[in-house]
Amino acid sequence: MSAALAIALAVQMQGMDHPGHMPGMTMPAAKPAATAQARPKPATRATARPKPSASAKRRPKRAVPSPAVAACSPEHAAMGHCEAPMPPASADACPPEHAAMGHCTPPVAPPPAAACSPEHAAMGHCKPAPAGTALPAGDGPAPAAPSPTYADRIWGAAAMAPARAQLRREHGGATFSQVMLNIAEWQPRRGADGYRWDGEAWFGGDIDRLVVKSEGDGRFGARASGEVQALYSRAVGPYFNLQGGVRQEIGTDRRYAVAGIEGLAPYWFDVEATAFLSDRGDVLARVEGYYDQRITQRLIVQPRAELNLSAQDVPRDRIGAGLVDAELGVRLRYELRREFAPYIGVSWERAFGETRRLRARDDGGVALAVGLRGWF
Amino acid sequence: MTRISDTAASPRRRDILRAGGVLAAGACLPAWAQSGTPGIAPLPTVSGEDIRLRIAHRMLTIDGRASHAVGVNGTVPAPLIRLREGQNVRLHVENALDEQSSIHWHGLLVPFHMDGVPGVSFPGIAPRSTFTYEFPVRQSGTYWYHSHSGLQEQLGLYGPIVIDPAGTDPIVSAREHVIVLSDHSPLHPHVIFRKLKQQGGYFNFQKQTLAGLLAGRDQREAERLAWGGMRMDPADVADVTASTYAYLVNGHGPRDNWTGLFVPGERVRLRIVNASAMTTFNLRIPGLAMTVVQADGLPVRAVTVDEIQVAVAETYDVIVEPRDDRAYALVGESVDRSGMALATLAPRAGMRAAAPPLRPRPLATMKDMGMGGMAATATATTGGHDMPGHKMAGQDGGGQDAAGQDGGAEDAAGQDMGTMSHSMRDFANAPELKRTPTIQTIAPMPVDRTGEPGQGLLDVGHRVLTYRDLVATARNPDTRAPDRSLRIHLTGNMERYMWAFDGEKLNEVTAPFAFLAGERVRVTLVNDTMMGHPIHLHGHFFELVTGHGDFAPRKHTVQVQPGGTVTFDVTTDAVGDWAFHCHMLYHMHAGMMQVVTVRPRDAVPA
Repeated sequence: MSAALAIALAVQMQGMDHPGHMPGMTMPAAKPAATAQARPKPATRATARPKPSASAKRRPKRAVPSPAVAACSPEHAAMGHCEAPMPPASADACPPEHAAMGHCTPPVAPPPAAACSPEHAAMGHCKPAPAGTALPAGDGPAPAAPSPTYADRIWGAAAMAPARAQLRREHGGATFSQVMLNIAEWQPRRGADGYRWDGEAWFGGDIDRLVVKSEGDGRFGARASGEVQALYSRAVGPYFNLQGGVRQEIGTDRRYAVAGIEGLAPYWFDVEATAFLSDRGDVLARVEGYYDQRITQRLIVQPRAELNLSAQDVPRDRIGAGLVDAELGVRLRYELRREFAPYIGVSWERAFGETRRLRARDDGGVALAVGLRGWF
Repeated sequence: MTRISDTAASPRRRDILRAGGVLAAGACLPAWAQSGTPGIAPLPTVSGEDIRLRIAHRMLTIDGRASHAVGVNGTVPAPLIRLREGQNVRLHVENALDEQSSIHWHGLLVPFHMDGVPGVSFPGIAPRSTFTYEFPVRQSGTYWYHSHSGLQEQLGLYGPIVIDPAGTDPIVSAREHVIVLSDHSPLHPHVIFRKLKQQGGYFNFQKQTLAGLLAGRDQREAERLAWGGMRMDPADVADVTASTYAYLVNGHGPRDNWTGLFVPGERVRLRIVNASAMTTFNLRIPGLAMTVVQADGLPVRAVTVDEIQVAVAETYDVIVEPRDDRAYALVGESVDRSGMALATLAPRAGMRAAAPPLRPRPLATMKDMGMGGMAATATATTGGHDMPGHKMAGQDGGGQDAAGQDGGAEDAAGQDMGTMSHSMRDFANAPELKRTPTIQTIAPMPVDRTGEPGQGLLDVGHRVLTYRDLVATARNPDTRAPDRSLRIHLTGNMERYMWAFDGEKLNEVTAPFAFLAGERVRVTLVNDTMMGHPIHLHGHFFELVTGHGDFAPRKHTVQVQPGGTVTFDVTTDAVGDWAFHCHMLYHMHAGMMQVVTVRPRDAVPA
């Protein structure tokens, strides 16, 4: 089928699907909309009709008006245009019991919808019968969902397939990345100055990501101690990710398997808990967290804590069982841009228990820090 | 960033800026959008049965600063397309970009394969090629058109459509101005989206702070703790803000002073289109009442208000009658009040009214979290919310939801906020939802908020349009009772910047929303998030269930307030596949989009 024919056919089809249906174009008599509300209604429509009685409602079939009644409506009669014939017995005069016996005819019940225009209803003159959106919805079943490929009939499946794939990819399926150095600082100390870093990078979609983390510290002129982790990360809830992978120590041949969870805890705490299993069977753990407290829109103070734990003594790595060491810090940064925030801070480190003995010469202390938090 | 604080400071500086703006902007703006447009007098527009449009890169100058844009026929916004009801139109669209493009005719009832959504209704317009749209014009009113490809809409690919009625226009006015509101950033939209993915609050520089707490601003301590416990940020009102956006009227920044002329005493019709990517505007003209006569292109009974919240993709026609020989400021304040679009209505070009200051930004309330009537007890910042709209809903028979929930809300008001925090993601409140990370919260007690002014407008001290104020002038074409009902949740995760219907992003969706031709269905949209979502259904108008029976207002886009619900009846009379999505561009791009299928009743599903 040629494209032109296809279009013509489809246009025709469309026309048939909408028989005479066009909102807004069928304004009767074209009144200025702005004044429509203010205009008094013609009296003919205003007249209140007799209220339907319960009996009348129940017996609509018997309520056949005589031609005479039809010829002189109550409205006309009220205007003096004609003389109404003797009205049939009123509802009171014709109680349902009598009517049921066939002794009398109850009065006509006018269709309430026609008698009560929305304008009148708005003025409180009458109560409209429910119509349109005022009607309750049924509980019919939904149709089976077809494949949304109707456009193939017109443009061909081959033309539509790539566009459809792109549509799905673009709307929710994109991948992103971020590199974030939360801590990159210089620590002036007695003797050799120190430095410290802590950051991570991620790449992937909303649910599945590759994450690379690194943290460590050292003194200028000496060997750094630190680590790099490569993890698969999966979102397991609105706030938390499960992560698993490997950790490699910098400067040693020690490797660990890593399993952890990280995310946003109530009260906006960024938290992370990780377990490590070394290639020699040692079990370690780490818990860390930080909190960003905005002082102004750009000035932010970040308290931070990190605890390392061990299930056993690992003398070779100068690790004792129990609480190994702790780091508490507080850093005040100014976001020149969200991505670029210099900071000053202070951090306190200490080793505990057996670890403290093993690290006798280097068990921490207080250090000032000057650094930069940056991401892109 | 656009600064408006100095607008009234120095007349000389102002004039220089204005002149500069006109000169710089003149080259790339259609005449109807240029400052000092004379109004209804001959508007250079594209019109007729055969229209040519060319999509291409260009520069856009706003308040004297140039940035990259994509325009149509060399202009941003795109040219006004003026049509007449009953005509046929062929639109030859040349895509001069190096990427796919498309144009969607927003609000027009067209054959589905002319609707212009790549991957749903057609393959898109390939780079360096021309596509011809052809359809009969079956309606009248104010509409608009925009790209449905990538993020081109944010770059400037949007323009107004005005369709004159076949007969005389029932809306009488001496002149009219088209007012296209939009937002523009010097950042590339892909960068904006990436920043939002990396840090959801990236553009928000109106967060709550410690300094604010000490100064007694915003929430008190206990309330901040409670919100923090729920990991909810009440200051998260808009994703993208004036920290990067300039808010535009007809392509002009606030200092460019776009001016629409009038003669005092005239009835002036303003055709307002919110063509923004992300910005809900609160529109007002201080000193001038606005009489709303059309919503989404269709006539409504005249209702006079002082302010209208215009959601993204909505259109409103209003009549104003300026009597004084002075300038009036046309103010489109962004919903988060980080900035405003600003233009002038004046008897002569060159005049300017003092712009009102930005009002304090709103904070989300318990009600915005979907905690219904609890708001009255929980909000210190915005005061008690008494909701006449809800009571009305029950009486009108319009909002069954609201009637049932008022009681529930009162019961729950006794609970403390600690209890509530546990129920913020209680799937018992929406058992049909899949438990995905896309769902950060589920509104525990969502209520119909169509009787309320939009977010932040509850206590502004003047008349604000609500959806319940809208009543169609003509009886609805289909007044049948719906055969069935459908409940759709608007879900999201502000932390991960994920957005979806029913917790499933478009890329994860396995089945479309299915309808049969001519079905009448009652759809309830439940906003489980703390942001408003303007939901747009292509190819159809739907009737809002707001208590007006067979005179329900008919719309193509409806704003669902945070934590609220909107119910509409729709007659699915247009066979084909249709896009259905949040019109916040980045919400849609993040996945808040679905396909609606309408199939002939006798056909085998295919």
